[in-house]
Amino acid sequence: MELFIAQILTGLANASSLFLVACGLSLIFGVTRIVNFAHGSLYMIGAYTGYTLMQVLPGAIGFWAAIALSGVVVGIVGVLIEILVLRPVYKAPELFQLVATFGVILVIQDVALLLFGPEDLLGPRAPGLRGVVRIMGEPVPKYDIALLVITPIVALVLWYLMTKTRVGVLVRAATQDREMVGALGVNQAWLFTGVFALGSALAGLGGALQLPKGGADLLMDFNILAPVFVVVVIGGMGSLPGAYLAAIIISVLNVFGVTYLPQSTLVLMFVVMIVVLMFRPYGLFGREEVAGEHGQVGEPERPIKPASFRVRLVTSIMLLALAFLPLLGSTYLLVFLTDILIFCLFAASLHFLLGTGGLVSFGHAAYFGGGAYVAALLITYSDTPMELTFVLAPIGAGLVALVIGWLCLRLTGVYFAMLTLAFAQLVWSLVFQWGTVTGGDDGLVNIWPAVWLKPTVIYFYFALIFSVCGILLMRHVQHSPFGYALRAARDSQRQAEATGIDTRRIQLIAFGFAGFMGGIAGALFVFSKGSVFPNELEIARSFDALIVVFLGGVKTLAGGVVGAGFFKGLEETLLRFEYWRLLMGLLIIFIVIAAPEGIVGSLRKVGEHLGLKKAKDQ
Amino acid sequence: MTQSVLETRNLSKSFGAIKAVDDVSFALQKGELLALIGPNGAGKSTCFNMLMGQLKETSGQVFLHGEKITGLLPRQIWRKGVGRTFQITATYSSMTVIENVQMALLSHHREIMRFLPYATRRHHPEALDLLDMVHMADQADRHCAVLAYGDLKRMELAIALAHNPSVLLMDEPTAGMAPKERVALMQLTAQIVDNFGVSVLFTEHDMDVVFGNAHRIMVLNRGSLIAEGSAEDIRNNPLVQDVYLGGGSVFGADEEVLDA
Amino acid sequence: MKLDTFLRGLLGSLALSSLFLGTVAYSSDPIIVGEINHYKRMAAFAGPYKQGIELGLEEINAAGGVDGRPLEFIFRDDQGKPGEAVKIAEELMTREGAVMLTGTILSNVGLAISSFAAEKGYVYLASEPLADGLVWGSGNPYTFRLRASTYMQAAMLAEAAAKTDAVKYATIAPNYAYGKDAVAAFQSALTALRPDVKFVAEQWPGVFKIDAGAEVQALERAKPDAIYNVTFGSDLAKFVREGTDRGLFDGRNVYGLLSGEPEYLDPLGDEAPEGWVVTGYPWYDLKDGPAGTFVSAYQARYDDYPRIGSLVGYMTAQSIAAALSRAGSTDSEAIREAFEGLKLSTPMGEIEYRSIDNQSTAGAYVGTTTVRDGKGVIVGWEYKNGADYLPSDDVVRSLRPAD
Repeated sequence: MELFIAQILTGLANASSLFLVACGLSLIFGVTRIVNFAHGSLYMIGAYTGYTLMQVLPGAIGFWAAIALSGVVVGIVGVLIEILVLRPVYKAPELFQLVATFGVILVIQDVALLLFGPEDLLGPRAPGLRGVVRIMGEPVPKYDIALLVITPIVALVLWYLMTKTRVGVLVRAATQDREMVGALGVNQAWLFTGVFALGSALAGLGGALQLPKGGADLLMDFNILAPVFVVVVIGGMGSLPGAYLAAIIISVLNVFGVTYLPQSTLVLMFVVMIVVLMFRPYGLFGREEVAGEHGQVGEPERPIKPASFRVRLVTSIMLLALAFLPLLGSTYLLVFLTDILIFCLFAASLHFLLGTGGLVSFGHAAYFGGGAYVAALLITYSDTPMELTFVLAPIGAGLVALVIGWLCLRLTGVYFAMLTLAFAQLVWSLVFQWGTVTGGDDGLVNIWPAVWLKPTVIYFYFALIFSVCGILLMRHVQHSPFGYALRAARDSQRQAEATGIDTRRIQLIAFGFAGFMGGIAGALFVFSKGSVFPNELEIARSFDALIVVFLGGVKTLAGGVVGAGFFKGLEETLLRFEYWRLLMGLLIIFIVIAAPEGIVGSLRKVGEHLGLKKAKDQ
Repeated sequence: MTQSVLETRNLSKSFGAIKAVDDVSFALQKGELLALIGPNGAGKSTCFNMLMGQLKETSGQVFLHGEKITGLLPRQIWRKGVGRTFQITATYSSMTVIENVQMALLSHHREIMRFLPYATRRHHPEALDLLDMVHMADQADRHCAVLAYGDLKRMELAIALAHNPSVLLMDEPTAGMAPKERVALMQLTAQIVDNFGVSVLFTEHDMDVVFGNAHRIMVLNRGSLIAEGSAEDIRNNPLVQDVYLGGGSVFGADEEVLDA
Repeated sequence: MKLDTFLRGLLGSLALSSLFLGTVAYSSDPIIVGEINHYKRMAAFAGPYKQGIELGLEEINAAGGVDGRPLEFIFRDDQGKPGEAVKIAEELMTREGAVMLTGTILSNVGLAISSFAAEKGYVYLASEPLADGLVWGSGNPYTFRLRASTYMQAAMLAEAAAKTDAVKYATIAPNYAYGKDAVAAFQSALTALRPDVKFVAEQWPGVFKIDAGAEVQALERAKPDAIYNVTFGSDLAKFVREGTDRGLFDGRNVYGLLSGEPEYLDPLGDEAPEGWVVTGYPWYDLKDGPAGTFVSAYQARYDDYPRIGSLVGYMTAQSIAAALSRAGSTDSEAIREAFEGLKLSTPMGEIEYRSIDNQSTAGAYVGTTTVRDGKGVIVGWEYKNGADYLPSDDVVRSLRPAD
């Protein structure tokens, strides 16, 4: 019993930072509808700022002042981000902003490295709060007690701010109806800035408050991200009480998980999230999303048409040029191009879901990595001929996609996206944890192609044929009745259902199909690298594809492929610089601002402007 | 009397304690243009949504050509020959006008699961005929997102007619249109009813539209049918006058009306 | 970064131009070695390591290089992604003219390069990664490993643990391959020496995601006599802090794998744990002999003290120079043969790349932690020769796939 209470107290203390960071994120999402992936970076800045200030400010007063000031500093950083990066892209299609926030992450990572150095910093102790008190004989750190007091106070202050002040009422109104608040004569731009500042400040506060329990390091931005998103989704996006409750649930469950199921630490919170979303699709306190569906902001997508003769001719010439490249280039060029081709196919498979289907999958790596793992497992354990694995791997990935899709398709918008993320994470942890079969993070090695396919040139042609055929096939399917039905389901589910189309079935098949194509990319990948590791299933891998699809242009057919080619080329160039993350981040932000419709979409606009391309229907 | 095309028996729907539709029974005859009117919140849309399978009824049944269709999904009801248009247009905004119609035709011909042909080349003449019927053929290749609202409404009508429905349900077909357009659209609808023998049930706010075109009118108030008859009957019905002109507001507890 | 590297990268990325430079005609003077590492993702570790290499290269080249040719490393960042590392390996070998590959800290990246190297017939010296699989389960003729492996270091700690009275052990290790290998190796080595010990709890926090309070409570609940710790980095800092506060370490023996390395001990400052038996690197006490010479040379060169990574980097450069010199050629097969049974003198003393499994006999320093002048150090340390902590040849042969 004593231990039980001590464990609850540990859980509650752990919930503290998690709650502060999560409620900031929830607030920002609720009002601005921006999925702020840079929130972990704000948390990290808070920790570093707090650490730096604590070195300067003396004593207990200095300590607590440093924490408060960290909130202020990070709030200001938030204002800068909002004004410089996000404000120019509010009109862009929904979720496009997350690409910009991804750029911010990269910039902050390198700036933090420059400013604070590479070594982990151990957080200073809170003056006077070193050591433990005994509660029923169990040791409880004094600082935990302090957190137990501070968190409810912050929560109450927030609650007061949101319910009892005019600003708070406006913010809450904006969560429900942005246009309405605009109509009331409130300057929406500044409301957004203010909310972003408040949300950022809370993240900064969270970062500084956890210092005595940990410290500041350069990996903490990504490490906090997953739990924070889980908390926000479980609580219901935009709900503060939800974030509070969810932070406590996750933290307390985690403490018990550590004690009674020590191996569960990787998956526990994702399992909780899946369970909650199965029963309460919009989180504990969330409301059904109304305007959250993809494609509702910005100008509507253009009609598509089969490629004209001219386009076909140009594409054929370019493909022919690609096919003749081995005559000119080095071995490395072929390896590099093979990488690009595989990535293009992967990105195109996501683009098929995202663009044509309007289904924003945050977990597409599950099918890429899934395909790679199916192939690798077959080779490792059953001596399957390589040729056969190229058939079985996509089928395996497609089946995984069907199962995940079946479970996720009851949700829409951001909740759907988060659920796909959770399932992808589940697949990842399965592979990561099940070391005896999958090799854990030591992966599966020596997965090389059959003898006839070993030469780099042959493999290049092999990948070229598979990728190009795959991409063309997807493009054709987009023009087929099925592709049209998928688009119909995205544009107006109501009309589609009222005209005999089983939209969920269509979407499920599309999900499986995209998974299948992702699986082909995965199989091509594993045989080109000779090994596969769980990082091919990671969130980061999903985001690679997501970013390039958005950068390329969601509302265009070629967006995925063009984005992937462009991004890989960029990466290849920038990686040679020491501060490549900074450059890459700035470039991403620049593209987001300069080309809010993605590269292809914006080029098309420019083309129309110059009269090179006929503008339709103006 | 021949069997009615669409019939409801004791259709009811409650949301918690509120009875949105209360024991509604009526029948739509072949070739009839039947109007369902009533003040805001009278339960018209709820009633419609139950007919189309979008809402599950609390009790009662709906019959189509004598066959029970309650409990079926919207897409299944559509397959049985019921078309509908929406109060707020629901269109595929990324497609051209004709593609919107072709979509319904593809579904009607059960070609949704085909991966090989180009969708835009399927049923093109048929789609063009439908658009011609609603005088939209000249706009067939326009992007539907740039259409005027009235044109969208007509396009929706063409979509609703794509599978040769025997029944057409139109939820406030003229909402949001200019007065002139409204009359034109209803005349068009009336014409289609005449030419093809389709039966139409529609709800409407604009009394000019209703009295000018409907063969028969039903009045719904607070979930119950309070009157039914020709335009003349309805005009002279004191209860209806009370609902529309007098104190018979939606949630005003005027028990007399309900008991009547 | 030089302009021409940038331009080549740009051209490579465009990849459509027939003007592509392909294999640039390098002057055949220097011998080039490709080095791949996670310079950004693990900056704190990769930095000192790179400095160690550069110090080694300066000394080698000042002494005339390898057979009269200067030795040069090309350093590349792989973002910590195995797939990216394989691509870079290909580029280094086919375009930059590298004669062999080295590098990586993360075991999975090392394994990816290792598999690739064997497939293509390139020599790869795994400098820092610790995974036993590199030379055993997934071993191959082309992959050599310098540093004392997980198994070897765990066996050193097990030897120390076996001398105590402790019977009930609890373990805490990050939930991934390294942690699992480290626990398994410690358990088997300790059980072999002391069949009476029992393992009463195993804790598996996610790497860099430790919930220290909960882990400490769970360990305390098992009431062990001794604790074996494998956590490192920010996890270690949190674990030590919570454990000290809650009295977990009072009256218990604690064994810490790598916990005594400056990389992990220094960030803890005066909160470094006291009395833990750990593997580490006591550079501050190394004054004499080759070990001391390296420390003073490093301090003179960089105005900074060496970490374990610096030493590994230095020994990497030394090993490669020795192998190339012995090979007398830059042909892969010649280099591979030269590495087999290669003996050389290093700051750690003489080491040998065993021909049986390509593992070097470099050892580790084992000592007890304490706080001195506000910093964690290890005292009473002893250098343990790696050769003494490897399994018997028969066992090794059974672990390795047939060559």
